Amino acid sequence: MFYRENGQFKSSYSSDQAIFPIAQDRAFVIGILLVAFCGVPFFINEYWANAILIPLLVYALAGLGLNILTGYCGQVSLGTGAFMAVGAYASFKLVGFFPEVNYLILIFVSGLVTAAVGVVFGLPSLRIKGFYLAVATLAAQFFLIWLFNKVGWFYDHSPTGMITVRPIDFFGVRVTGPEATPAAKYLFTLTIIATLTLTAKNIVRGRVGRSWMAIRDMDIAAELIGIKPLQAKLSAFAVSSFYIGVAGALYFGVYLGSVEPLEAFDINQSFYVLFIIIIGGLGSILGAFLGAAFIVLLPILMKNLMVGGFGVASGTAGHVEILLLGALIIFFLIVEPHGLARLWQIAKEKLRLWPFPH
Amino acid sequence: MAFDLFLLEVVISGLMTGVMYSLVALGFVLIFKASGVFNFAQGVLALFAALALYDFLAEDGWFFAVFGFTLPVWLAIPATALIMIFLAWVIERAVLRFLVKQEEIILFMATIGLAFVLEGLGDLLFGSDVKPLDIGIPQGASDLLLDNFNLYVEKLEIVAAATAAVLVTALAIFFQKTRVGRALRAVADDHQAALSVGISLNKIWVIVWSVSGIVALVAGIMWGSKSGVQFSLSLIALKALPVLILGGFTSVPGAIVGGLIIGVGEKLAEVYVGPLVGGAIENWFAYVLALGFLLFRPQGLFGERIIERV
Amino acid sequence: MNLRKLTGVAVAAVLALPMFASHANAYELVIPTLDYRTGPYAPNGIPLANAYSDYINLLNERDGGIEGVKIKHVDCETGYNTKKGVECYENIKNTAPSRALAIQPFSTGITYQLIPKSAVDEIPIFSMGYGRTSAANGKVFPWVFNFPATYWSQATALVQYIADQEGGMASLKGKKIYLVYHNSAYGKEPIRTLEALAEKYGFEYRGLPVDHPGQEQKATWLQIRKERPDWVLMWGWGVMNQVAIKEAASIRFPMDRFIGVWWSGSENDVLPAGEAADGYLSGAFHAAGGDFALHDDIRKYVYDKGMGAGDRDRIGEVLYNRGLVAVMWTVEAIRNAMKIHGTKEVTPAMVRDGFESLEVDEARLAELGLKDFTYGIKITCENHEGPGRVAVQQWDAKAKKWSMVSKFYEPLREITAPLIEADSMAYAKENNVTPRTCS
Repeated sequence: MFYRENGQFKSSYSSDQAIFPIAQDRAFVIGILLVAFCGVPFFINEYWANAILIPLLVYALAGLGLNILTGYCGQVSLGTGAFMAVGAYASFKLVGFFPEVNYLILIFVSGLVTAAVGVVFGLPSLRIKGFYLAVATLAAQFFLIWLFNKVGWFYDHSPTGMITVRPIDFFGVRVTGPEATPAAKYLFTLTIIATLTLTAKNIVRGRVGRSWMAIRDMDIAAELIGIKPLQAKLSAFAVSSFYIGVAGALYFGVYLGSVEPLEAFDINQSFYVLFIIIIGGLGSILGAFLGAAFIVLLPILMKNLMVGGFGVASGTAGHVEILLLGALIIFFLIVEPHGLARLWQIAKEKLRLWPFPH
Repeated sequence: MAFDLFLLEVVISGLMTGVMYSLVALGFVLIFKASGVFNFAQGVLALFAALALYDFLAEDGWFFAVFGFTLPVWLAIPATALIMIFLAWVIERAVLRFLVKQEEIILFMATIGLAFVLEGLGDLLFGSDVKPLDIGIPQGASDLLLDNFNLYVEKLEIVAAATAAVLVTALAIFFQKTRVGRALRAVADDHQAALSVGISLNKIWVIVWSVSGIVALVAGIMWGSKSGVQFSLSLIALKALPVLILGGFTSVPGAIVGGLIIGVGEKLAEVYVGPLVGGAIENWFAYVLALGFLLFRPQGLFGERIIERV
Repeated sequence: MNLRKLTGVAVAAVLALPMFASHANAYELVIPTLDYRTGPYAPNGIPLANAYSDYINLLNERDGGIEGVKIKHVDCETGYNTKKGVECYENIKNTAPSRALAIQPFSTGITYQLIPKSAVDEIPIFSMGYGRTSAANGKVFPWVFNFPATYWSQATALVQYIADQEGGMASLKGKKIYLVYHNSAYGKEPIRTLEALAEKYGFEYRGLPVDHPGQEQKATWLQIRKERPDWVLMWGWGVMNQVAIKEAASIRFPMDRFIGVWWSGSENDVLPAGEAADGYLSGAFHAAGGDFALHDDIRKYVYDKGMGAGDRDRIGEVLYNRGLVAVMWTVEAIRNAMKIHGTKEVTPAMVRDGFESLEVDEARLAELGLKDFTYGIKITCENHEGPGRVAVQQWDAKAKKWSMVSKFYEPLREITAPLIEADSMAYAKENNVTPRTCS
């Protein structure tokens, strides 16, 4: 009844090509952004910021990056963890070299560094396809992490090889380290992610995005209609790595604060982000957010429910939690193999007709 | 010690380690070949099998608690195999049946869910302690070789190599000579065509998951004898990935040859190049090696040729 | 739409639970633990967690808590995972009524994570014998305590033990001492100390990293077999320990020349290797075995009432005792805080003071039912490491028992002190910490 596009006529090309052509969608997105920017910061506390919202946003961004490569361009990657590490270490070194430069610029540059690394490891994609391509990204995964762990320059020769973020001010407001307020950290992360999400949405519906999807759907056919696989694939690797690199910089700087490469960026991290986009929906911007919500929040939710709600011993709860998470993943895949984003689509379709289905 | 002898030792150890990797990789190949599923849960299957086997053998297990006696090894292994077959049946009933004809990546994700379930279940049922698994496989270096030729080869790995040889032969016979094996190959070649000549896909899936569960049991026994049965056992799947990619996802001989190449390659690299750059390079070296091969053969050494049509 | 909204509300409510839960009537002392009963390191995490739980139950049952104030034990499962650790920490740190009095992360990664936070949240961290070694410098890290000994002290102690077997420090010259280490922050800890020691005493040092999880160490042990070092040290964790001990036995490396760090010397590590592990050595700062008076009390007051956290016959395992000594010191620090501040309703900040002037001598240990269990400690404002003494224990595979085979070695402070100073000052500079003055 409420979600209906009757009567919304497009009278110009620009309105026809708006990001959210339907007024309700527009209102919904603006509403969410309003709440996220103007509502949440007033109520946020450390638990919500450090344990829930910031990881959620950071993983959503990483998911977004991987989704560009895997969901839109069809290239499977298991190197996400390493690319996040590149972003993290680039930002760490850059902050060390240029402490006076605005943090946002340094994060952006870290993203560019990651994009360059991503392109290098993307080169084999021109020859290798499908699951086999995963090997190239896995080589990146293991090699880069080894490098960060081994070469003292990357971690400023600290005795353990861990890197710890310096306290950084962004226009006079502390955004990293323990003294940053939850609201500042959250808003800083949110601003970056909202901007990048909007950019991604525009990239994927433009010429570049369409060339990616053509490659994904059938690369030979795409080549025949004049899309250069070299350009399309490598640009996907570059953009995707940029996003993942920024996510890595935030993951290190704002979320964790100190990381050890072998634990924070290991292969599990790569799988984790891959789960996010498969559960959320491949080839969907919204999917990255829904997937991140599922993978990040559900375990916390189940834990708090079991330990806090029913008083289950925390160890047992840990086992049950992973069991249930697995079962839920299977359940959702059976119900809707194309991810949560698709469920959302279906819900919208239904809403269109509701409450008069005929 | 003479230099050459050491080189020989490294190569032999590499080959033996490679066989250990192959045992894990085999399970992947079987399932991928018959159903196109990249089974992420293979490592956890090995862990689960080893846990179940331990349970039959030990006095602090469920079996002992219920029946008051433990099984001898020769009975415990078939009993565990039965459990793996039952598990395969459950997996088919509860998961795969509903996901027929889905894309590869969706099935892959489903096996990840499955891995989580088995992991939680294994911990809940059997506890998370380290369980020493001793089914009488000799441990330590082979005294004969060490004393007479100063050559170090581990007994466990000799046993593993022999087992792998038997296993691969058995699988080859199973695939080539039996009715079920032929049906499996038919399904692997073309699902649709196989269905149309009356081969039941569901039955095939149960069989192939059972076989791969039994292969996982063998892998679990070998790795579990080495380090004790514990959660980390499930992480050996990661060591099988480069093997798989190098050998090709669909080739049983590929899994073996791939394992041997990776095993020898990474050991040589670690021992001879590692010290120059600070060590611990074998993990990424395995992937770089696999990558090198793939650039020349994008479908893996023994993989089926990828034919692309528009 | 309604259903979705409802779910949303429910989700929010459940996520908010930890913040509103727990409204107690009487004052209680909150001791949180970050456990890992899941994941690859669970076999080690379980005995540690069990000991914590048992000791707290014992005090509540036997003494009605600490000086009559009940202890509230809050545990959170981390799976040895830093991200989960962060969630846990944020979840439990403000548990009413006292807030978390001291955090014991039992993980290097989580400790590093929490060190900067500790000063801001004003919650002391007690990383007993692990974590950041340079936190021993109390001037830079007022909120972090890592007594009774750090990894660096331990490295010097193990080298002294080696020297004793070889016939004095002078005879270390020309010897080969190798280190097999977990390729992580934890495993890299002793490298610098060993390098400094190697330079000073003229032995040859080489490090051989093993990647997590460490099931495959063939290449490492082949190199050891070839180069035949005189001694091998190991900084291992989890499955890496079991495999290393087996591999060492396979290449017939003498077990009594193979010394693990104190995290590589528990029953879990040696049992899977069976007879082959006989004679294996490891560092230790407390005794093994379950026949101390305290253990009897735990059996009587906790296990007999069916409140035991683990198996009765696993009381007294090395890691169980490690957990016991950790919680014992934490409790003594709380007791000390009550004494200093003259109140029973202590806060985390008071407990920090309690840690900083903590003194648990042999007489007090005997009172606690831990006579000769470990050595006496005394913490000061500058020195958060305490005595730093480490002994060596040996595994007897027939009797299935660990026993001490050396005295407690004093650390070589002339080696470790400059390293600690340098690293802590680097931290202070990077994080704009002004070292406080003690005295």
